[in-house]
Amino acid sequence: MSSPCSLLECGSTDDRHFEMDDYAGKIARWCPGCGDHAILAAVHRLLAIEQLKPEKTVFVSGIGCSSRFPHYVETYGFHGIHGRALPIATGVKLARPDLDVFVTMGDGDCTSIGAGHWIHAIRYNIDMTVLLLDNNIYGLTKKQTSPTTPQGFKTNTQTKGSFLPPLNPLQTTLGVTNASFVAQTADWMPSHLAATLQAAKAHKGFSFVRILQRCPVFTPDIFAAAIKDPQVTDVLSHPDGIQDANTDKIYKSQVFHNPGDIHEARRLAEGDRVRVGLFFRDESFPRYEELRQVTKRTPEEKMAFINAELDRHAV
Amino acid sequence: MSPNSQQDQVSSLSSKTAASVHTLPEHIFEIVSDSGEGAQKCGQSFGAVSAKMGNGAWTVEIIPAEIQPPPRSPGGASGVRIRIGTEKITNWGNQTKLVIAFNEQVLLARHRQGAIADDATILLEEMWESHQDPKVREQWAEALVELSSKNYHIVKVPMEVECLKIVDNPRKGKNMFALGLMSWIYMRDVEKVKAQIAMQFRHKSQDVYERNVRLLEAGMTWAAEHMSFQINVPCLEVTEDLVVMNGNTALAMGAVVAGLELCSMYPITPATSVSHYLSEIYDDLGGIVHQAEDEIAAIGVAIGASFAGKVAFTVTSGPGMALKTEFIGLAVMTETPLVIVDVQRGGPSTGLPTKVEQSDLLSTLYGMPGDSPKVIMAPSTLEECFHCMVTARRIAEAFRMVVVVLTDANLATGVQPFVRPVLDAGWHAPEIDLSPLPEGSRPMDWDLETGLSPRIVPGQKGGEFTATGLAHDQNSCVTYDPAMNQLSSEMRSRKLAVLQSTLSPPHICGPDSNDLLLIGWGSTRGAIEEAAAIARAKGLGVSSVNLTFLSPMEPGITEIFKRFKQVMAIEINYSDDPNAPYINEENRRRGQLTTLLRAITLVDVDCWTRVLGQPLSPGDIVDVIEKKLSAEVKA
Ligand SMILES: Cc1ncc(C[n+]2csc(CCOP(=O)(O)OP(=O)(O)O)c2C)c(N)n1
Ligand SMILES: [Mg+2]
Repeated sequence: MSSPCSLLECGSTDDRHFEMDDYAGKIARWCPGCGDHAILAAVHRLLAIEQLKPEKTVFVSGIGCSSRFPHYVETYGFHGIHGRALPIATGVKLARPDLDVFVTMGDGDCTSIGAGHWIHAIRYNIDMTVLLLDNNIYGLTKKQTSPTTPQGFKTNTQTKGSFLPPLNPLQTTLGVTNASFVAQTADWMPSHLAATLQAAKAHKGFSFVRILQRCPVFTPDIFAAAIKDPQVTDVLSHPDGIQDANTDKIYKSQVFHNPGDIHEARRLAEGDRVRVGLFFRDESFPRYEELRQVTKRTPEEKMAFINAELDRHAV
Repeated sequence: MSPNSQQDQVSSLSSKTAASVHTLPEHIFEIVSDSGEGAQKCGQSFGAVSAKMGNGAWTVEIIPAEIQPPPRSPGGASGVRIRIGTEKITNWGNQTKLVIAFNEQVLLARHRQGAIADDATILLEEMWESHQDPKVREQWAEALVELSSKNYHIVKVPMEVECLKIVDNPRKGKNMFALGLMSWIYMRDVEKVKAQIAMQFRHKSQDVYERNVRLLEAGMTWAAEHMSFQINVPCLEVTEDLVVMNGNTALAMGAVVAGLELCSMYPITPATSVSHYLSEIYDDLGGIVHQAEDEIAAIGVAIGASFAGKVAFTVTSGPGMALKTEFIGLAVMTETPLVIVDVQRGGPSTGLPTKVEQSDLLSTLYGMPGDSPKVIMAPSTLEECFHCMVTARRIAEAFRMVVVVLTDANLATGVQPFVRPVLDAGWHAPEIDLSPLPEGSRPMDWDLETGLSPRIVPGQKGGEFTATGLAHDQNSCVTYDPAMNQLSSEMRSRKLAVLQSTLSPPHICGPDSNDLLLIGWGSTRGAIEEAAAIARAKGLGVSSVNLTFLSPMEPGITEIFKRFKQVMAIEINYSDDPNAPYINEENRRRGQLTTLLRAITLVDVDCWTRVLGQPLSPGDIVDVIEKKLSAEVKA
């Protein structure tokens, strides 16, 4: 299943230029103050910077507040079912490697109901940009415990406080074979968010970005400390990492980290401290859609082949 | 052919002088061994050879009841039943007339299941009679006593001893020796048998091939020296081009010629072998077999690919269907074309993983939340397994619908010759159309009459939209508007009625009006038609109908039913026996097609169904017909 011949593009004079607004879809219906708005704006900006053709870009999501995302981007989109964005995106990319694929998921979507797909999608390492909008809670269904909810945090399903320590999506991702791009950023760090999205888009492979996302209704205080005081956030810095001068001006706690070092990446992903930046990147891992690339055959060629098969089975 | 008419005198033959040749219109035989001794391979090869010689043939695998059965246990009986005939064979028949058994325990299994005719000839490996282990000798002796309740004609064969002359490990060679026995008894064309062996071992060395041919020849020689009879089931001259294969291979080939280029699946018996065969050939054909992490992902990938413009398919069986239901709903809601093959097995739960059942009809039709209209087709022959994929793909695309193909374990592994398909490049899916769209193009632009709408795929400029499983309007914009939900539900449903308007009424086998109409679907067709023919030959007024489309059903059924005094569905799924304790007319749970037919036609359709994990036998259906009609006479 190969992409349509690139010759088709030759000589076509596609002189369209896209502004951020050109990518604006329906009016976003998230709550005022929801971190998803900031992420959406950053994505619109990314699309304009990259000049991605709307007709060749697909946003895939599951179900949740965050999964409304595709409706708000004027490209192709598939708003799927809870937890299953990654299989749909895999199918899109297997059928059409020529398309740019983005996936947005919530923390429940990705790390709970969709956890199996998440693990395997990392291993497939298909070229797509995958955003985990992590508000530490089930937003759409109104404040139930998610795998990333802090221990002790009271929710509607664990009213005396969540029982278990949270699952760490960075550590999990970094533990899976073929993890090739793992970064963390936050909705309240627009400049860092933008730089991270650009790096993720540039990566050839499965780019996993966990975005810490405020939910002003159900988890208003969870990230309050980090938002108030830049000192409590470590910024991973390295010439091969996320480069952003604006971030460096405000966030003084910098940790020098080589994104080629998986062991250090895993160590830095541990613990309670908020760390943003590029944890790990390796462009050398094979991509599934390349491993599975096949030569397109005409209907006549296929009929001839099956005829030969029928000969083998002939009476 | 007039089945059951032949008088088989095989067992009454006296001891060997010159072998006598018995010419019969058909014959049924079985080969059974411990699992791992290759009886299935051998039997399937024999079925293929017979078909290639011009016999009608039908094979059914005998599958062990246990996964790792101990050797020499009745639960481990593994093998094949083969029914060959001068004319076309459409089912596995009644009882077997000849058995080759590798030990007396697997033979007991078939004996206890009533699979063996009273006068059958049995070729039995004799090594166990004088085995060093006294327990084995005891088992042998007990078994022979049990078997003596029938008039079997038992011929002891030194299989092990003969094979040891050629190979060190007879466990790996006995099946070829047995193939030799069968080939001599049934007077098979040796060159065709050798060609089949060559095909079977095409990935192995010449050495392996030659060793197997020596085993084959040893079997033939032994039979020639010791057997007193041969059976000649004459072959008709082959006038049409025929091919022979099992249903899963036919399905896979059908998928290729239909232009399906992505098979996204998760392994599950008895569906998996579709993907095994495809994996061998698909790469060269621009296709991908994607083994996903689970059945949910498998269908998700197929839906994603189809949304992106390539119609994909997924193959599974009952438990996998259960997992896919939420995604099926999404495909229905987003009108994403999709082909799903469900090779049905025994259920519920893990049930009878390797055995035939027709129990997924209602769950496929209704087993998901909300109203989710979809197309359901059921091939009834191996030939239809091939062609249904082309039809399914075409309907899926033209109607933007989910098409479920319900086959079963019987079709999946059964081998049968059928008319060679004359391939047509027009069957192939069209190229993806990526041309730009005019302003105002709508992704769900329903024709209000038919519900049909053109498909828009990513890459088309001006067509940008977000497919969604939420209620939506013609622009695929989320809306909870009551009238829009009513309309979109109508539109998705209307397509079924439109599809039905393109179908013809089902063919009635037998007179157009009669005392009794039998109705069935899928792989039971051959047994039902044969039973009805036998009953008609006895003077009973029986006709039969087979439905290929279950949703929408073929038109005109109510009108057909009116021309028959009684209607009875025959199915391989569960129904309550009307005479069982507590069961009455009101609480009786009926067969799955039966239930649908009663709802659609308001006719009091009766049913006879069985869940024995095996195909239906025509003889049993004849009994049912006779009972049904005599009850009517009494009433
Ligand atoms: C199969 C299924 N189970 C449950 C739900 C209900 N549901 C919808 S969204 C959601 C969780 C949303 O939380 P999250 O994924 O974190 O996304 P957020 O809303 O926080 O962005 C749940 C449980 C559903 N839609 N489908
Ligand atoms: Mg959430």
